[in-house]
Amino acid sequence: MIGNGAIIAADVAPILEPSSAATGIFAWIWLLIALPLAGAIVLLTTGRWTNRFGHLIGVATVVIAAGLAIAMLIEMMGRSAEARSFEQTLYSWVFAGQFQVDVAFQLDQLSMVFVLLITIVGSLIHIYSIGYMAHDPDRRRFFGFLNLFVAAMLLLVLADNYLLLYVGWEGVGLASFLLIGFWQYKPSAAAAAKKAFVINRVGDVGLSLAIMLMFVTFGSVTFESVFSSAGGASDSTLTWIGLLLLLAAAGKSAQFPLQAWLLDAMEGPTPVSALIHAATMVTAGVYLIVRSNAIYDKTVFAATTVVVIGVITMIIGAVIGSAKDDIKKALAGSTMSQIGYMVLAAGLGPVGYVFAIFHLLTHGVFKANLFLSAGSVMHGMNNGVDMRRFGALRAVMMITFGAFMFGYLAIIGIPPFSGFYSKDKIILAAFEQNTIVGISAVLAAGITGFYMTRMFTMTFLGKARWDDDAHPHESPPVMTIPLIVLAIGSLGLGASLYYWGDIVEWLAPVTGYESRPIAIPTTVLEAITLVIVLIGVAIAVLMYGKSVPIEPPQKVSVLTIAARNNLYDDATNDIVAVRPTWYAARFLVWFDNRIVDGAVNASAAFVGGASGRLRRLQNGFTRSYALVMVIGVIVVFGVLALVGLS
Amino acid sequence: MIEQIGTGEAVVFWVCAVLSVVGALGLILSRRAVHSALWLALTMISLAVLYIANAAPFLGMVQIIVYTGAVMMLFLFVLMVVGVDASDSLVETIRGQRWAAIILGLGFGMLLTAGIANALVGAQMVGLDGPNSQYGGNVEGLARLLFSDYLVAFEIVAALLIVAAVGALVLAHREKWQPKLTQRDLAIQRVRTGLHPGNQPPPGVYARHNSVDTPALLPDGSIAEQSVPEPLRVRGDLRPVDTAAITETTELAEGHAADGPRDHPVADDPGSSPGEGR
Amino acid sequence: MNPENYIILSGVLFTIGAIGVLVRRNAIVVFMSVELMLNAANLAFVAFARINGNLDGQVVAFFVMVVAAAEVVVGLAIIVTVFRSRRSASIDEPNLLKY
Repeated sequence: MIGNGAIIAADVAPILEPSSAATGIFAWIWLLIALPLAGAIVLLTTGRWTNRFGHLIGVATVVIAAGLAIAMLIEMMGRSAEARSFEQTLYSWVFAGQFQVDVAFQLDQLSMVFVLLITIVGSLIHIYSIGYMAHDPDRRRFFGFLNLFVAAMLLLVLADNYLLLYVGWEGVGLASFLLIGFWQYKPSAAAAAKKAFVINRVGDVGLSLAIMLMFVTFGSVTFESVFSSAGGASDSTLTWIGLLLLLAAAGKSAQFPLQAWLLDAMEGPTPVSALIHAATMVTAGVYLIVRSNAIYDKTVFAATTVVVIGVITMIIGAVIGSAKDDIKKALAGSTMSQIGYMVLAAGLGPVGYVFAIFHLLTHGVFKANLFLSAGSVMHGMNNGVDMRRFGALRAVMMITFGAFMFGYLAIIGIPPFSGFYSKDKIILAAFEQNTIVGISAVLAAGITGFYMTRMFTMTFLGKARWDDDAHPHESPPVMTIPLIVLAIGSLGLGASLYYWGDIVEWLAPVTGYESRPIAIPTTVLEAITLVIVLIGVAIAVLMYGKSVPIEPPQKVSVLTIAARNNLYDDATNDIVAVRPTWYAARFLVWFDNRIVDGAVNASAAFVGGASGRLRRLQNGFTRSYALVMVIGVIVVFGVLALVGLS
Repeated sequence: MIEQIGTGEAVVFWVCAVLSVVGALGLILSRRAVHSALWLALTMISLAVLYIANAAPFLGMVQIIVYTGAVMMLFLFVLMVVGVDASDSLVETIRGQRWAAIILGLGFGMLLTAGIANALVGAQMVGLDGPNSQYGGNVEGLARLLFSDYLVAFEIVAALLIVAAVGALVLAHREKWQPKLTQRDLAIQRVRTGLHPGNQPPPGVYARHNSVDTPALLPDGSIAEQSVPEPLRVRGDLRPVDTAAITETTELAEGHAADGPRDHPVADDPGSSPGEGR
Repeated sequence: MNPENYIILSGVLFTIGAIGVLVRRNAIVVFMSVELMLNAANLAFVAFARINGNLDGQVVAFFVMVVAAAEVVVGLAIIVTVFRSRRSASIDEPNLLKY
């Protein structure tokens, strides 16, 4: 919460503001979570009874929550920057000696934008799902899971301590597992869900260790006390906390090296992909890092690691996205890359936090737009996802085409679409900090231009390469209206947030903001970036503009093959984690069976054998026992005689 | 005050010692248990004499009355129950038991006697004349000890005797598993089994025989097997039918037909009715 | 003659009784051998009483007799019970309580 250095927003004072008690409309913070949670409970417990209208309940809860969030935003904007943070304590949750945790919510500027993103984009995805899942027999269950997802994500961003955040964090993991594996009868979907869950677990271990370390170090897990006493902890402790939080963020946000689950997560229904990639789940990692800015500000090593992870993910996501023929997987690669941008920005420190969140917001909108458009295309193409069998869809689905195009222009950063503002700010911040990082960001922007153009051209332009039984058609209004809303957001959100909403000033009290001069003038840099993006676009148009073979060409470069195989992340995981675990398990089984059981069985056999022989002494003959007694008497007598009876 | 053992007592000792050892050896060497018991009785009587010689007249009497009288009779009683003829087989069932027992027993005996002899070499005997005469006699002296110093032990031993008596009752008791059968039950049982429901036919008794081994004759002159007790039948100890006497009797009966029919020639003979009355 | 002759006689009788217990298989004879051992002990008590010049030894011998009587009563009852169920008075017969 402390922005040290030059504050460009003049009226933001670098002080640690105590949160004010939640009064007025802010007394209803808990309702934001309770609404979708109640929806989930109702939908998941009532059974067939609510099959007919259950989805409407699901939509209503999220829409009402969105309305409440908007009302809170308006109320919050009416207050001064110092009075925009609210706390609400519901009840005391854990009280074990020193360990005191409340179920308490904190609504500040950062949480507010997340709540808005989650509820509004969530609402649009819910509405869209009405049409998309209309023919699914399990639609009620689907909406129940979606509500659970939204509720968990809201809990995550509204919690005022790490432990409650962890509950939301796990809730998101559970909901994503349930939704990715929604069509669990497909083995691939079930496997993908399991994969996502397991890889997320790795990150969760990081988060739980970080929380334990915080408690040991600071004696508390609330944001307020952890951040205010962060300066008192040793460097190494802070670095460890930072790295563990980064591990957690990498798991949730699909950052290198835990990115492997994201592409498989496309097995879920498309609205789920949109929800995971735009509004929830993957943004949680970025939220965690930005929320913990007080820690990263004080540990250079952890912050640098965050940047490195962000850069790596940004590049590999873009490369994978360039080679995929599956429209959803290409978009998933793009998400990885864009989240990489955000993580990179978050690692830059006070220069970048604001822009990480800014990009997260715009990306949330245009990525939802892109995914839902892709879903609309699939809806019209018998659920096909192979872009080599699309083409020339512009004519048959104009609205989808338009929406997709807006999202496309937004993501590659063409002014005045929203991606331009957020992404260029990250590139600028990267150059401020480090030239190599900046160049990487520009390069990734170029690759983004390439793969998005490739996707756009293969899907909507060129010649029709449809399957014989495909009868592409525009989707119903319940699906297209959210598309239109999101398309407008893709167009205008960036500019309106930057100029009218003044996102930097809005977030600065929470994250701090500073700006340093850079060598290259911003305008020139923006121009260079734009040129490189356009070069990427041009290459894509040259390669895919004229003709696209239906079968993917086999004679391709090594890089393409690697990218098609997700840069061998599964193989890497296999070698690094799965195989060693497997061999270790085999060894342990062998060890257990042979050594441990062997020792136990051998001693048991020894005792058994010895007693089998010893028990023969008990022959049941009274006279033998009497004989033994006589022997005993003789021995006693002998001993007595020897030691001197006389 | 040292008491010396006189010659008379030495003679008594040697006689009784030899008798008691002979009795003991007889006990363990006799094959038949009854003989063992008798040998043991000899040993006990010899010991009683030795008790008396050792200034313990009360114990000597008790030895004869309780041991030789009561306990040995109890042994013999049980022997009668178990079977007088019961004798050990000479084959030892536990391998090596007999030799081990003899060797170990002799070793034990040698240790014991050597130890005692070693301990008692040159021992002086105080004698019991003083204690025995202190309260007027041996019995009075014992009584005084029993009812003063040993009172608790005495009472406990009394309780032990009661418990032993009750224990013997419990052990010898046979539990009844079903209610006792009444006459009526027995009658029903007999009819239900379908065997001969009434009395068995009584033995055939004629004017000149009243022994139970005489079979009854059926109207056709053949023998009624069941009229003779089963052990006799199994042994084949049936008295052969005296056909000459029958013929004679029949002729007599026919000759005196005017006197009236005489179906039961022995009915008037009160002393010749060995079977159960009908 | 020495007073220890009584004690040695007692030891001899005791040994013979012990061998009888070990060798004989008829439970009643075994019991008689036990009685013989008790009597041998009694003889020692009586002789020691005389050597030491007090009556306590005789009192103990008296108690031994009472206890022996009780033991005989119970022991013979057991023998009768066993005989009833197994038709045998052999002490090797009841050997089910074993390995």
